[in-house]
Amino acid sequence: MAQERKIKIIVAKPGLDGHDRGAKLLARIFAEAGMEVVYTGLRQTPEMIVEAALQEDADVVGLSSLSGVHNYFFPRVVELLREKGLDDVLVVGGGIIPLEDVDGLKSAGVKAIFGPGTDTNAIVDFIKNNVRN
Amino acid sequence: MSEDKSLEKLKAAKEKWEQGSVQKTLSKAPERRKVFTSISDIPVERLYTPLDVADLDYERDLGFPGEYPFTRGVQPTMYRGRFWTMRQYAGFGSARESNARYRYLLEQGQTGLSVAFDLPTQAGYDSDHPLSMGEVGKVGVAIDSIEDMRVLFDSIPLDKVTTSMTINAPATVLLAMYLAIAEEQGVPFGKVGGTVQNDILKEITVRGQYIYPPKPSMRLTVDLIDYCFKEVPKWNSISISGYHIREAGSTAGQEMAFTLADGIAYVQACVDRGMAVDSFAPRLSFFFNSFTNVLEEVAKFRAGRRYWAKVMKERFGAKDPRSMMMRYHVQTGGVTLTAQQPINNVVRVALQAYAAALGGCQSLHTNSYDEALCLPTQEAVTVALRTQQIVAEESGAADTIDPLAGCYFVEAMTDRIEAEIDDYIKKIDAMGGTLAAIEQGFVQKEIQNSAYRFQREIESGERVYVGINKYTMEEPPPANLLKVDMSVGEVEAAKLKKLRAERDAGKWKAALDHLREVSQSEENVMPAVIEAVKARATVGEICDVWRGIYGEYRPKEFV
Repeated sequence: MAQERKIKIIVAKPGLDGHDRGAKLLARIFAEAGMEVVYTGLRQTPEMIVEAALQEDADVVGLSSLSGVHNYFFPRVVELLREKGLDDVLVVGGGIIPLEDVDGLKSAGVKAIFGPGTDTNAIVDFIKNNVRN
Repeated sequence: MSEDKSLEKLKAAKEKWEQGSVQKTLSKAPERRKVFTSISDIPVERLYTPLDVADLDYERDLGFPGEYPFTRGVQPTMYRGRFWTMRQYAGFGSARESNARYRYLLEQGQTGLSVAFDLPTQAGYDSDHPLSMGEVGKVGVAIDSIEDMRVLFDSIPLDKVTTSMTINAPATVLLAMYLAIAEEQGVPFGKVGGTVQNDILKEITVRGQYIYPPKPSMRLTVDLIDYCFKEVPKWNSISISGYHIREAGSTAGQEMAFTLADGIAYVQACVDRGMAVDSFAPRLSFFFNSFTNVLEEVAKFRAGRRYWAKVMKERFGAKDPRSMMMRYHVQTGGVTLTAQQPINNVVRVALQAYAAALGGCQSLHTNSYDEALCLPTQEAVTVALRTQQIVAEESGAADTIDPLAGCYFVEAMTDRIEAEIDDYIKKIDAMGGTLAAIEQGFVQKEIQNSAYRFQREIESGERVYVGINKYTMEEPPPANLLKVDMSVGEVEAAKLKKLRAERDAGKWKAALDHLREVSQSEENVMPAVIEAVKARATVGEICDVWRGIYGEYRPKEFV
């Protein structure tokens, strides 16, 4: 029986924000949930993140921001993915993101936003249920 | 009766109590859990008695406030003389907006300033740099040149107010601007007081605002310390920070251990430069977190003070008692705040501030209850400031020194945390020092493991977090959040364009050329940096000079 392909996820920190506790924690939790994880490290531009997604043939891009730049960076990543023909890559985000920004981000193509206090199991489940086949 | 005999008697009595009264109660009603642990995973016993502090020698281990080993505090009268400095970290948008917030806070009884810079400033980029996109004025104030600094401190007398600046990789540049503004106000350097964070090691391990590789970064750090010791004697030239280590997930003991390990590295670097330990050590300061578990926090602060005093005396041979004092700022735990039922955070902050006061801090920032949602609104900042004013004026914590000394539990916990610190320092020494330990990822992995353990405890329900995994409720979306004007970036970029067009290009170029020359020699860079900021060179331009010489740091990631 052919082995099921692992979900491949890029965990990325866009911009200059250095708060990486959540990103690193989730990288570990995704790996334990059976995903293949690439953590980009800090100071990523949208171009760098999309390049990583392309190189790695990623199924999912997880973006983390706690510095208030999500409205600029998250939609930009979605836009660049589309330009590269990676429309079916699932993009999710988390961090300190005011509720009033969530609808805008979702309509820009970010499929889910996970705020502080989210149960990590819920994030794993969401990814498993929404990733491309 | 001898002390040994009395302890034996007590031991027998305690056993009797355990087998009698305790067993009787347990047989009817078991305790809430099998093992109790602090938030840092330290086991907590049912009861502490003199048996747990049998080895405590009062004069050796505790002593008196203002005297070695400083367990009870660094000043002889502590808050009976004056309260800790109430210092709220603030800054957002433009220099003009932040100046207004500072003046408001000073009017409300705040006694010192604490400047938050935006990320481009912290990373040494001008507001119009491509990497600054979306970040200008977001998490702090945007400062590009001396012009912005002048506006930031408009109508604030720099001989009367002390200022703490959270700036690390470009610390020399922002300090140079501050000194230049003081000079414009007619305030001599000798009267200027404040702190720059200037702690690059914790940027590399946990905070992420580094620019250059560790070695040249350390050179800039030591240049600043050396310059302040000679020219700005009231300035705290470094704030060795555990705050961010804790925020990244460490335990209380790890926070103290890794911070003091960084402290040892800085002292060693200064000594290696040829500085006498008692010349610079009195101006070293520290910065810690405070979580909600009050007694553990108090023990952490006391253990840290005692351990640092021993390090300075025994390891570095300091003679001046001031060199042995761990003086520190505290900020309440940002990561402990919840986005759920945010008003509950007022209570968390109050307990954390109470712990900081009982622990003997020198200055304190209390977080605002809305910080898990956004940058704090003026209303939330006011409640935060009032919280520490209530702790100071109403709780009684400030009226007697180190009131928890002699508490069996707190003394036992103090010893336990001190032993944990010692353990880590020995391990790190064996690895070749903190820089080597960081390069191997040891420090990062220890912190990440603690963060992971905590997360799992919350998700399994093993540890309760109110509003997160217990006592949750449906609530309306939060209202009245602070919004930072998105146009700050454009305004700052326009200002930069004007500055570059109007400044004396010859003077500007000469100053940067001179800085480049000095930076390649062994001469202290500070005078050349001051000259450059006066010639209206920007933060980005000065940092670029060093990028050209030292290169940029890209850390290995340990996940």
